[in-house]
Amino acid sequence: MATDNFEAVAASAGGSVASFEPEHVTLGERIQRFLHNYPTAAPAFVLLMAVTFFYAIIGGKFLDPFNLSLVFQQVTIIGMIGVAQTLVILTAGIDLSVGAIMVLCSVVMGRTAIHLGLPAELALLLGLTAGAVCGAINGFLITRLRLPPFITTLGTWSIFFALNLWYSESETIRSQDIAANAPLLQFMGISFEIFGARFTTGTLALFALFAGMWYALNHTPWGRHVYATGDDPQAAQLAGINTERVLLSVYIVAGVICAFAAWTLIGRIGSVSPQAGQSANLDSITAVVIGGTSLFGGRGAIVGTLLGALVVGVFRNGLALAGVDVLWQEFSIGLLIIVAVAVDQWIRRA
Amino acid sequence: MFKKTALVLALTASFMLPAAVHAEDMIVGLITKTNTNPFFVKMKEGAEAKAKEMGIELRSFAGKVDGDNDSQVQAVENLISAGAKGILITPSDSKAIVPAIEKARAAGLLVIALDTPLDPASAADATFATDNFKAGELIGQWAAKTLGDKAADAKIALLDLNANQISVDVARDQGFLKGFGIDLKDAKKMGDEDDKRIVGNDVTQGSEEGGRKAMENLMQKDSGVNVVYTINEPAAAGAYEALKAVGKEKDVLIVSVDGGCPGVKNVKDSVIGATSMQFPLLMASKGIEAIAEFAKSGKKPANSEGLDFFNTGVELITDKPADGIESITSEDGLKKCWG
Repeated sequence: MATDNFEAVAASAGGSVASFEPEHVTLGERIQRFLHNYPTAAPAFVLLMAVTFFYAIIGGKFLDPFNLSLVFQQVTIIGMIGVAQTLVILTAGIDLSVGAIMVLCSVVMGRTAIHLGLPAELALLLGLTAGAVCGAINGFLITRLRLPPFITTLGTWSIFFALNLWYSESETIRSQDIAANAPLLQFMGISFEIFGARFTTGTLALFALFAGMWYALNHTPWGRHVYATGDDPQAAQLAGINTERVLLSVYIVAGVICAFAAWTLIGRIGSVSPQAGQSANLDSITAVVIGGTSLFGGRGAIVGTLLGALVVGVFRNGLALAGVDVLWQEFSIGLLIIVAVAVDQWIRRA
Repeated sequence: MFKKTALVLALTASFMLPAAVHAEDMIVGLITKTNTNPFFVKMKEGAEAKAKEMGIELRSFAGKVDGDNDSQVQAVENLISAGAKGILITPSDSKAIVPAIEKARAAGLLVIALDTPLDPASAADATFATDNFKAGELIGQWAAKTLGDKAADAKIALLDLNANQISVDVARDQGFLKGFGIDLKDAKKMGDEDDKRIVGNDVTQGSEEGGRKAMENLMQKDSGVNVVYTINEPAAAGAYEALKAVGKEKDVLIVSVDGGCPGVKNVKDSVIGATSMQFPLLMASKGIEAIAEFAKSGKKPANSEGLDFFNTGVELITDKPADGIESITSEDGLKKCWG
């Protein structure tokens, strides 16, 4: 039966216009969207859960200020290297050479100060320069020769590490010799107590580094360019961004941060050891991934990396305190990585 | 035409002749675990010096990382095809390398395991090594004697290498515990002891970084730790940094194994109480000599009496000697250390 009463039909229809919001939002979708908007929420949640869990099984000893500050001390180096790695991964790259750059820089600092007898300030500066040069080599190969970052840094990893062994003559410089001749190199190891918690200058430097990089990424044009280059390099180029220069700058900054981490490493272990930092590349990637930064570039937050490093630190410390075998510590870190990547994939669909 | 051919043959033969006669064309291979560990770097230096002195050509190989069996197998194959007279090898994987070693021996090469025995030890013609159990036992006895009555309620932290329970790691750890007077349960397994004096085991990867972290964790478990066993001197240096950070470095006895020069200097500076010195240079130079002897007379080296390897010796280095335990001072130790 036909009707001409169009108004009546129109009035009975729904009043809403086209919308991206589905009518029934399930709890899962809500979480998915929340994580999409706040990429650091997931690692923060995992960290909270981990702390609660270990508090439940270990008790007060786990939560005492000293132990918590210990976790910070233990993640300082990886946290710093993680900053460098986050930068590179934000541009959809990866840097496998970070650990090798760090150990090479620490050897440059130690050798020039102790063996050449240069003033510690100059040795430190030479170390930082070495980091910048290593980063520039990576950046040059990636931007000018257009080599994929994975392959490039796989190669430079070996090269920097070999240079480290050659220059150091595989010899450790002892803590006592550095303390006597170049105490500045151990500056990052100075520790002090606040309400039972023990912090080192290195830990403070870690916070400063994160704060500085957070500001640079979120409140400077350079930071926006880094995100844009990682998200879609072609679109970024069309928008007038010199993506090659952005990439080059990212690898140089990463190299300098590695050198800074080298200074901190000397503070932490006292000595200069050519065998240090061998797993730093993988550990830093772990921190970045658990911290919610996407391996596909353009999405993530620097603070997530700090949380990611802390999650790993809390797991290691907690499991060790609970007397769990190292084998199962590795096992659980592996699980964390898988879960983190799965969550990342799920968020991407939002 | 015939004359010309004869001339060429004669010339060629004259080039080849010295190869069969002169010793300087003898090739010996050295295969170590890695090129990063200073212990193996020193071993290589020792082998190079000896080979040069005897006019032998040394070809060195190493794995990329500790546990890299593939590279070592390749190195063995290369040495067989290069016509080497013998191989000195520090196996990364004592069991997995055996088939490759069998091929080498079948091809007439003399194979000597350095530092780490093969599994079974008889798979090599000889083993030149430190008695790692004895090395551990010496520092265990020293620690117990030094503590005296307080040894009965000591709190011990054990800083091992890694989770793999490899033979050297196990032998040192168990040797230390036996020397200290602790029931080992299974002597081939670390961490199965239930003596209340043990605070815990943790791993160090044999590095300063690992040593510091392991020490921090074990002190969190029990802040009263007063005896620290460490797998090697870098781990000991890291443990000391952790103790120094909380002002406890004076209350704790650290013992170690290796005898590297930085480690011996740390004994002198009272960072380490005592360390057991081993002799990588000696292992390597003895190995070269043994292969040269084999090439000349076909004589194979013999094991030390009562052992299934040739013991290159171990020496306790300490500046606080304990009654009844033979030791030398750090001063004398510095003259003997690897470098």
